[in-house]
Parts: sequence; structure tokens; C-alpha cells
Amino acid sequence: MHVVEKRQLMSATEIDRTLQRLAHEIVERTPDLQQLVLVGIRRRGVPLAERLARNIEAILGRSVEVGSLDITLYRDDLSTVAPQPVVQASDIPNVDDRDIVLVDDVLYTGRTTRAAMNGLFDLGRPRRVRLCVLIDRGHRELPVEASFTGRTVQTSDSEIIEVRLQEIDNEERVVLVDRVA
Amino acid sequence: MIERFRHLLAIEPLSAEQITFLLDQAKPFQQIQRHPLKKLATLRGKSVALAFFEASTRTRISFGTAATRLGADSMSLQAESSSLKKGESLIDTVHTLEAMKPDCIVIRHAASGAAEFISERVAVPVINAGDGLHEHPTQGLLDALTIRDRRGSLDGLRITILGDILHSRVARSDIHLLSKFGARITLCGPAMWLPRELDQLAPGVRRSFSIEDALDGADVVMALRVQSERLNEPSLPRDEYIRLYQLSQARLARARPDALVLHPGPMIRGLEIEPAVADGPQSCVLEQVTNGIAVRMALLYLLIGGTGSIEDLPNASD
Repeated sequence: MHVVEKRQLMSATEIDRTLQRLAHEIVERTPDLQQLVLVGIRRRGVPLAERLARNIEAILGRSVEVGSLDITLYRDDLSTVAPQPVVQASDIPNVDDRDIVLVDDVLYTGRTTRAAMNGLFDLGRPRRVRLCVLIDRGHRELPVEASFTGRTVQTSDSEIIEVRLQEIDNEERVVLVDRVA
Repeated sequence: MIERFRHLLAIEPLSAEQITFLLDQAKPFQQIQRHPLKKLATLRGKSVALAFFEASTRTRISFGTAATRLGADSMSLQAESSSLKKGESLIDTVHTLEAMKPDCIVIRHAASGAAEFISERVAVPVINAGDGLHEHPTQGLLDALTIRDRRGSLDGLRITILGDILHSRVARSDIHLLSKFGARITLCGPAMWLPRELDQLAPGVRRSFSIEDALDGADVVMALRVQSERLNEPSLPRDEYIRLYQLSQARLARARPDALVLHPGPMIRGLEIEPAVADGPQSCVLEQVTNGIAVRMALLYLLIGGTGSIEDLPNASD
């Protein structure tokens, strides 16, 4: 089995513009911006959260707290994940009473979000948790929805959305690929 | 990609790269020790058999706590209560234990090589929690983690290990581990506990019979427990040991001013270590205990978790 690229969903400029829009939406819908913390889910949620924070900082003229969360230990598919998965450290400011926005690249089954919420609640009791994703591709298996969505894309089960970011992949675009037997 | 770990039996056969991987894996578990909520559900439904054929309090509690904090259950077998006392052979006891279907067996035994012997005869991962005079690999890892955290790196340190090296599996695991990172290791203690063969244990090891000489310029000082029953054999009185080999504040001053002091516990204050040193700012004794849980959580997760193959991974970008 191999994968073939079907089409590009977003260019670098489109990613940038989408993150600008999402930053404005977060600012608009967050009454107390002092309490805002952007938490990126490893791996690609982390650079996205950092970029969103920079955009929000440009709008507000002051800094926004950012954290990163590794959800490996909170997954519900222990027996099917890669042999000896590598756990990364998380780096999160105090979450008690904060207004958290979880940031991830793709929203799919909702299981990652579920795991991230479990991880977050082990650290304290946030006042509110919302979710921001670059792409929502449907096929939910849990009652999870994003509060802030970059783009909604119709996909089939065999398709994969690859978000490639400069910080991790040395290129900048979102592509739809398909698994071919 | 690091090759798959199936058991952890000893430090000696591991590469520096594998050790670094294991220490890195302990980091997220160190964070969990600081969480208000320390219990995960990651290994829910799994169980760990703690087979301690030799008395142990702290190591057994540390493994039990590590299992609990990962959401696993542990079942404990202790020498005093086991059928070994009634004449059952080790392998029969272990097969009985295996029939209770644990997902991992942690074993401590007075015979060197016991953990390896068991690992060849059971289907589940085995962790050596101390086998005779051979090794105590998780202690080696937690010591290395403690040193690396304080020093930033393990490379090229000057290490001094004090006390009963001959009977210490902790010393053996520490020596093998630190030597792989280019440490210069000085072993120091009474001659009866420092046989010549120790020079050959690993590269960069030397023996010294003078504590003043051994401590000179050390980055890390590890004091080992002195078992008082051993002080009666070839007649070294307790007072004499204290006079010649106790790690005192005055002696510690010969090491680097920021030298770290480690002790695997249980610590006999006033014998191998002066109370002021044990409680002093250079002491890492309590960090060692906390790091022990993190290291053991990382190992249990690594050995029990993730039994599938990489192809089974669902959409990686979910």
C-alpha cells in the first residue's frame, strides 16, 4: 500500500491568512484575554499555537501564553499504536481558572481531543476549554466539535490530510492524499 | 529508531544511545510526579507482578507506585510469604506467577542472573530489580537521570563511589552506565571490598584506598550503604570504618564545590555518611527517590505499552 497526492487544499498564503482570521475570531470571542492560554497538541498543533499567539499578540499589542501538550499517555489505543511509542514532555503554564484554547492541525475522529482534555484536566481545572483546528475533515467518533475551524473538508475514510509546516516538515502546505492498495 | 526493548535485565549490554533514549523517556514521567493528579489510565487493565525473593521495601514500593500511577495493578510476592520457603523451585514459583497472567514481571533475587534466567522462560517482559551481586539496572538509570538533571550532561564526569563495592549491584550498574559516557570512576573503600578485578569492570575505572585521594576534584560522590553485619568479617570495626571512610563534610570539601552526593538508600546516618552531608545542599537523595518512580514508569510503559506494529497507526494527522 502506498499513498498518492490527490490535491492541494491550502497553500502557504492560505494557511497564513486562515491563521490570521482564526486569531481575530479567538480575540473576538474571548472576553478576558488575560486568562487566555493557547495549548498546542503535539506535534503540529504546537507550531500552529505559536503562530496564532504571535498573530493575537500583533492584534493586542501584548503577549499571550502558549503551552504544548503530548497526549501519547492519554490515547485509548495503547495496543494498536506503534511499538514503543515515544513520549514527549509537555510544557504548560498553570491551567487553573484559565480560558484554554486547544490547537491541533486536523480534527478527525475526535479521539485526540478527548485525550488532550484528559491530559489537561490532570494538570488542573480550567474555566473553559475550546478547540481550534486548521482543518475539520469529519468522520467523528466522539461528540467533539471545534469552536474555531480554519476549513471544513469532505473526505473519504481512505483519504489522509497532511498538514506540512515549515517548522517540522520544511515545507508549507496542506494536501489531501489517498491510500492506494 | 532505537531497537525494541523487550526486557531490562542489565545496563552492561546497553549502548549509550539506548541509555539516553531511556533517560529521555523518563522526562515526561518526571513531570507527572509534579502534577496535582498523578494517576494516568494509560495501562488500565494491565498488571505487573512484583516478585521479590529478597527483602526490599523501597524498590518494591517504587515499582508498585509506578504501576499504580500508570493505571496498572500490581501483585506482590514476597520471600517471607512465598512457597520458596516451603521448598518450591524458583522456576515453579515463576510459572505459577505467570499463570496469573501479568503483563510484566519485576524480579529481585539473591542469585546473580536470576532475572535473565526467568526472562528466557516466560512470555512477558521481565525487569531486573536486583539480582545477587550482578546488577540493579533501574537504580543505575535513576542515578544517571538525577546526575544528568543537575549537571546537564553525563559526559566525562569524575565519579567517586564509596563503600562496599564488592557486594554492591548498584555500584556495578552505575559503573557500567557512567563508563559508557566517558566517566572517570574512582572506587574507594576498605581493601576487602575492593578486589583487583573491579579495575577490569569497565573502562575508566580505578581503585583507591584513601578517601581523601578518591574525593579530590570529584563531580559526583556516591556513598553506598554499609551493612553492619559485613563489618564483622575480616575484622573491620565500625569505628574504624567511620574514621577511615565516612563521607563527612570536611572530606566532601575536597570534591568540587558543587559536587553532587548520591546514596541509593537505605542510608545509615553516622556510618557511611555524616548527617550534615545527607541533609546538605549537595545531597540528591530525595530526588533519587522521585526519579526512581519516573524511570520505572517509563520502563513499564515502554515494555507493556505499544504491542502493535507501526502499520496499525491510524491517520497520523488526527
